[in-house]
Amino acid sequence: MPREWSITGIMRAMLPVLLALTVVEIGSGLVLDTFESVLLQHPSLLVLVPVTIGTAGNLGSILASRLSTSFHLGTLSFSPRDDELAGNAIATVTLALSLFPVVGAAAWVLSAVTTGTDLPLATVVLVALASGALLSILAVVVTLVATYAAWRLQLDPDDVVIPVVTNTCDVLGVLVLFGVVRVLV
Amino acid sequence: MGIREVAREAYAEAAPALAASTVGGLFAGMVLGGMRAELRAVPGLLVLVPALLATRGNVYGAFGARLATGLHQGLVEPTLSLEDERIRNAVAAAMANGIIASVFAAFVAVLVLTLLARPAAPLTTLVGISIIAGLLSGIALTGAVLGVVFVGFRRGYNPDTLVGPLVTTTGDVFGMAFLLLAVRIVVGGP
Repeated sequence: MPREWSITGIMRAMLPVLLALTVVEIGSGLVLDTFESVLLQHPSLLVLVPVTIGTAGNLGSILASRLSTSFHLGTLSFSPRDDELAGNAIATVTLALSLFPVVGAAAWVLSAVTTGTDLPLATVVLVALASGALLSILAVVVTLVATYAAWRLQLDPDDVVIPVVTNTCDVLGVLVLFGVVRVLV
Repeated sequence: MGIREVAREAYAEAAPALAASTVGGLFAGMVLGGMRAELRAVPGLLVLVPALLATRGNVYGAFGARLATGLHQGLVEPTLSLEDERIRNAVAAAMANGIIASVFAAFVAVLVLTLLARPAAPLTTLVGISIIAGLLSGIALTGAVLGVVFVGFRRGYNPDTLVGPLVTTTGDVFGMAFLLLAVRIVVGGP
């Protein structure tokens, strides 16, 4: 909960985390850089980059904030048989499975309209779906580990878990996209 | 509640915001897809893209959350006024943090690319792009967050639930659009 409202106070609270996260994000930028030639060759894959990264981070942060609320309300227990935990995990994967094929198709259409595309629609949809499915599973794992760690370290999950999960999922988004493109394209 | 009910509720609650931010992400992708000439002209620019987009989300997400908490606590008046010192400070700090993190990203990117002996544009080029992109997207995002948080709060919405989807959507859109503009300003372009 922010109490300090002076400019330097706000900056001091935020800047260290921000710079650390920036270094992490540069890591994912380097991965993008290594397959830049593939991305430049296939614009429809380039269109997928921000939306894949962003959606992975969002899936993680939505799950994290729901778990954090259940945790504060005392309705969450870290057991694989916990309904709250399992239900939220299933919802995360289902969201990805229903959203990513649409994302793939939209990315293909957008690049066909703007820059032209050389990959078949099915390939782009498959790349999006495979990336999304893998990412949603990873997002669940990362979120559970981070929420559990915050709970063990007695940190407020609201402060710590969401930025950690969002930025970790960003990096994983690029890595998974890279892996899937290497296999499928 | 059983697993099925929890899952169904979580899905229904998350789907609209997630779909909205997907639209923002696709728009950002369309801009990036159209930036191939710039990406070729400025080696290392692609390395900056995730860091710059994440900075927008991190900085303005925290800015929105701070305003929301301030409104809930009654520290910030629900009528938007730039004479409110807390609002002015929060805006200035967010702007400064955003620009510092963007410039820092440019330094780290050039350092790492040089160490790896990969091609990189001159430091001044990437720093210039980062400052301009950070400044312009900062102004746009400050306006968007202030507008939505205050209007939402006065109309009875919980600003906490508005900030996340708003920032992820507009952060991507403004982040990419102003990055393209910044590249064109610094290196020239079509």
